[in-house]
Amino acid sequence: MELIVSSAIGLMTAAAVYLILQQRTFPIVVGLTLLSYAINIFLFTSGRLVIDEPPIISGADSYTDPLPQALVLTAIVISFGMTALIVVLALRGFLETATDTADLPEDDLPEDDLPDETETAT
Amino acid sequence: MTAPHLATSWIIAPAILPAITAAIMILVRQRNIEIQRAFSVASTLALLGIALFLYQAVSDGETDAYRLGAWPAPYGIVLVIDRLSTTMLVLTAGLALAVLLYAIAGWDRRGRHFHALFHFQLLGLNGAFLTGDLFNLFVFFEVMLIASYGLMLHGGGAKRLRAGFQYVAINLIASSLFLIAVGLIYGVTGTLNFADLAVKARAVAESDQALLQTGALLLLLVFAIKAAFVPLHWWLPATYAAASAPIAALFAIMTKVGAYAIIRVFGTVFGDGSGTDTLGAVVAPWIVPAALVTLAVGTAGLLGARRLLDLAAFNTVASMGTLLIAIGQFHVDGLTAAMYYLVHSTIAGAALFLIVDLIATRRTLKLDALLPGNPISQAAILGTLFFLVAIAVIGLPPLSGFVGKLMVLDATYSAPRVWLIWGTILVASLMMTIGFGRAGSTIFWKTDGQTTGPSWENTSKTPMLVVALLVGASLMLSVFAGPAVKALNATAAQALDTQNYVNAVLGPSENTEPERPITEPADEATSVPVPAETLGEQ
Repeated sequence: MELIVSSAIGLMTAAAVYLILQQRTFPIVVGLTLLSYAINIFLFTSGRLVIDEPPIISGADSYTDPLPQALVLTAIVISFGMTALIVVLALRGFLETATDTADLPEDDLPEDDLPDETETAT
Repeated sequence: MTAPHLATSWIIAPAILPAITAAIMILVRQRNIEIQRAFSVASTLALLGIALFLYQAVSDGETDAYRLGAWPAPYGIVLVIDRLSTTMLVLTAGLALAVLLYAIAGWDRRGRHFHALFHFQLLGLNGAFLTGDLFNLFVFFEVMLIASYGLMLHGGGAKRLRAGFQYVAINLIASSLFLIAVGLIYGVTGTLNFADLAVKARAVAESDQALLQTGALLLLLVFAIKAAFVPLHWWLPATYAAASAPIAALFAIMTKVGAYAIIRVFGTVFGDGSGTDTLGAVVAPWIVPAALVTLAVGTAGLLGARRLLDLAAFNTVASMGTLLIAIGQFHVDGLTAAMYYLVHSTIAGAALFLIVDLIATRRTLKLDALLPGNPISQAAILGTLFFLVAIAVIGLPPLSGFVGKLMVLDATYSAPRVWLIWGTILVASLMMTIGFGRAGSTIFWKTDGQTTGPSWENTSKTPMLVVALLVGASLMLSVFAGPAVKALNATAAQALDTQNYVNAVLGPSENTEPERPITEPADEATSVPVPAETLGEQ
């Protein structure tokens, strides 16, 4: 089980890194989502992998650590909200500039009507 | 439990007040902006009052903890105040008030929900300064960031959207790294409470050291992204230059959250820097070299800036470099200098963004481009203010930047490779002088044609007054450098005193022998359940 879980985390992270390094917004968003999945499972395993045990101390000998579950729950909620936000941002950016590249637009200085003076004066 | 200190219940107020105010702001909505403004200013004033009260309450050197729901320390959520956090609270509230006064002169109308987002931002900032555990630091970082996304996009526009996408993306990656670090550290130590962590991290088995150190370095990486360390600083100039001016000024405190987190986690929790076996020692060697490069890159960017806003943004990067050089020393003198420089650079950096905005709005043709253009109205006042702000940020006497840089130089005197540190700081200051001199002369002296900008009768005086007040604050910081340094020296000493922090949060009797089954081998499912956290964090 350890091998399956850890390779799942590793594969998802690798795919996420590849996607985040793309130039367009959609793969980046998908990459970030994959990354958050990988992180959630990773956080879950930080409480050790245990099967069929209650997440509370009930008098039984063994139990599973409930804190990582709470952490994962919080992380899921936050990453869900963040994903929604970045999707909206990507969409708005696409609608306003008609391109979905993640680069910053070229920074054009205002029209310079005194080009020679700038060159010589500085 | 220990007898409640007078201020104990007030510790949570800096987090609750902005939350309630923000909720009220949403209810009032845009319908009546005057009511919003009045509420907003009143709430920020109250926040400043509370922050000053808390500062006063712990100025005797006490560290105070508020346990939510009265759950005992390592299990429940704790909020902790000491001199470091209350200093940051006062600085945040003061800066917020200045920025708010600037914004209500008109900026807040340009988008929806400015005031609500503003107070959510304050909630996140204050929470990050107050929190006593690593996961809530993450949560408050997120609160702060979510609000900052909204604020950064305030006003709209294609460029802002594009820069906003990058900003959100890089912070999502940073949050993911934060969670990996949290997972690693929890997996090894079984706790996330700062005080508990300080005890446990020193008792981690040899075989788990590698994991713990990886976690610590990942945390540094996260804080470095927040603090705009080179090579993780590329998001900052684009973001700050694209954000509206008051927001960029408020963001001056956001990079300082990264600096605060470095001090708190690597100074207070992970080691006092003196021992070589502490985690602080694992992280410390990275900070000064990165800080030097940060300063160099910031200065180069400042020299190469083609716009005033880029100039102001790269100045933020450069000031973080200087600040982190001082933090990287991890001794009391270094941290004293760092605290002084932190307060100074927050004030001066914010003032710079505001004055740049005042200038840019008057240059209707060239805006903030560093090109010769028309003369602007009120050039005498704005020119003087720009000159004073530039003096403050460069570090020339008599304003606080000079004292700050002097202290940084003094604190690094006995550091290894002092010539490199001194050389970088001094050359950078010279380059910054050139950069600001060139910018100022281009804008104020190389002018031609008709004067642009509103006349004195039509212009709002508050924004100029706010900048003047910030400059005045810098001057006061310089005039009263003696008492300030004395207070900050105590702050620095307290921030590095791990044992004091642990005693205050866990109670003096508990910290050596915790009554928890954690000392058993934590291999299988024996880590400690913490029901209180589950309830509180949802």
